[in-house]
Amino acid sequence: MVGERGRRKAARAIFFLAPSLVPLLLFTLAPMAGSLGLSFFRWDLLRPPKFIGLDNFANVLADPDFQAAVGHTLFFIAGYLPLVYIGGLVLALALNQRLRGLAFFRAAYFLPVVTSWVVVALMWRWLLNPGTGMVNYALSLVGIQGPGWWTDPTWAMPSIIIASAWKDLGYVMVILLAGLQSIPADYYEAASVDGASRWARFRYITLPLLSPASFFVLIISLINSFQVFDQVWVMTGGGPAGATSVVVEQVYVDAFRYSEMGYASAMSWLLFVVILAVTAIQFRLQTRWVNYA
Amino acid sequence: MRNGAIAKPMEVRASVPVPRRLKMRRLGPRALLYTVLLVGAAAMLFPFAWMVSTSLTSDAQLFVTPPQLIPSPAQPQNYTRVADLYPILAFMRNSLIVAGVSTSLQLLSSAMAAYAFARLRFRGSQLLFLVYLATLMVPLQVIIAPLFIEMRYLGFVNTYPGLILPGIASAFGTFLLRQAFLTLPHELEEAAFIDGASHWTVFRRIVLPLSGPSLATFGIFAFMASWNSFLWPLVITNSLDLMTLPVGLSNLQGQYSTAWNLVMAGSTISVIPILIVYLTAQRYVVRGVALSGIKG
Repeated sequence: MVGERGRRKAARAIFFLAPSLVPLLLFTLAPMAGSLGLSFFRWDLLRPPKFIGLDNFANVLADPDFQAAVGHTLFFIAGYLPLVYIGGLVLALALNQRLRGLAFFRAAYFLPVVTSWVVVALMWRWLLNPGTGMVNYALSLVGIQGPGWWTDPTWAMPSIIIASAWKDLGYVMVILLAGLQSIPADYYEAASVDGASRWARFRYITLPLLSPASFFVLIISLINSFQVFDQVWVMTGGGPAGATSVVVEQVYVDAFRYSEMGYASAMSWLLFVVILAVTAIQFRLQTRWVNYA
Repeated sequence: MRNGAIAKPMEVRASVPVPRRLKMRRLGPRALLYTVLLVGAAAMLFPFAWMVSTSLTSDAQLFVTPPQLIPSPAQPQNYTRVADLYPILAFMRNSLIVAGVSTSLQLLSSAMAAYAFARLRFRGSQLLFLVYLATLMVPLQVIIAPLFIEMRYLGFVNTYPGLILPGIASAFGTFLLRQAFLTLPHELEEAAFIDGASHWTVFRRIVLPLSGPSLATFGIFAFMASWNSFLWPLVITNSLDLMTLPVGLSNLQGQYSTAWNLVMAGSTISVIPILIVYLTAQRYVVRGVALSGIKG
């Protein structure tokens, strides 16, 4: 009896789960395993795959293109993360006031978030056009001769960083604003009565109580920026002269331009492991600065 | 502890009126505040305005200094020109099909799984839920090579199934809707079961209708993610007639790299549908983003 009831329960669960479980198995979990397996083979899709042990991993690590891509990715993170967090925080603090036009401002800041990376990248490629672009024109009005932006190896990555921070500012703002709004106003009033300065209130109430939201937004942004690709591909294609090649762009090029499926898989796994490790470290460190009230 | 320490004086304060000084101090930074907000809004909106303006600029005026903020004469023919040169309408159709189908299927499959995790008792449900959550961690670039090989094997390269299939289930949606279903009261469902309703009926007639806002939030979220997705459509399509808007636009820019008025016309066209969704359902859009915060 119990067995049959159990079977009926299982059948019911399978009925409800199958539409999501089957695709997740086929199109996420199986490729995940496949990717790990592939990373031990050399395979160009033409000749049969050849088992080469850990060679792919060794070759990736020794690959100067990969090393350069890691450097560019880290450079991107170092520029993008502070810019998007501080910018988002300033906007969130400004919006966390009783003021007119709140809905308008919030809508405006969030607009780039819903726009595709491709459109954002195209917009900024045009704005940062070296010769006659709008940004360089505006700079020339204040007597600055603008750089060659995405055509100049030195300025190509900063161009991508500017466009990326511009797009994600609204996302960071929304998360931090929700965090700010969950801080009880009483705390501020109490602190004011005790004579705390504006800065002291920010430093000892806002920042600590905002830390869970900050932690979340920093983790998400960090994970995403390790995987930066769309805006790079459209704005510079990894150039000029490889100056903006990033890890996922290398994975894409190796897999789909050179048909090095095993090599690309090994590279993507190395990146994945790094992301997991960095995330784990962040979770470890959070006890030091994140304050779950 | 810290909360207690801060909360105490607050209780005392409740009866004391706010000192006038506090109100006065707020007036000073007002101007600065609005300046920051307006500059910020201008910085966010100007690139869009410039995109539209450029899309209406004639070829001759494209590279003039100073740049023409309002193109005169305006050249709306750019829109028909770009549609003649490039299958923009096919890109649009493809994006609508891919985003529409995958959003519908994600909603259905996620809601069903969410119901199973929220309401059914079965062996291994907790473990299975962890497996779902684990798939959230898997970045696309890790699975992209084998996924492509799989699609090639199935004969789905450069087809709609190839574009759509990898995005018909969502662990995030399952998680989000499970949270929503868990907050629903059990009473209605129990009454329905006493009347002999099946789980499917309860799911269909009670749980789904009561979860409108959550379904809308996730649906819009999924639609926008699919509409804007780039890497997978880039990998799986190779002919113009199957490209989605982001891939098609990037391709257009590669072909006509200095025809910025045409590229911006195409970009403007691609932004319009998402803009409509955003402006009509802004609350859900922003909520979807804020709710994704639960993931952490």
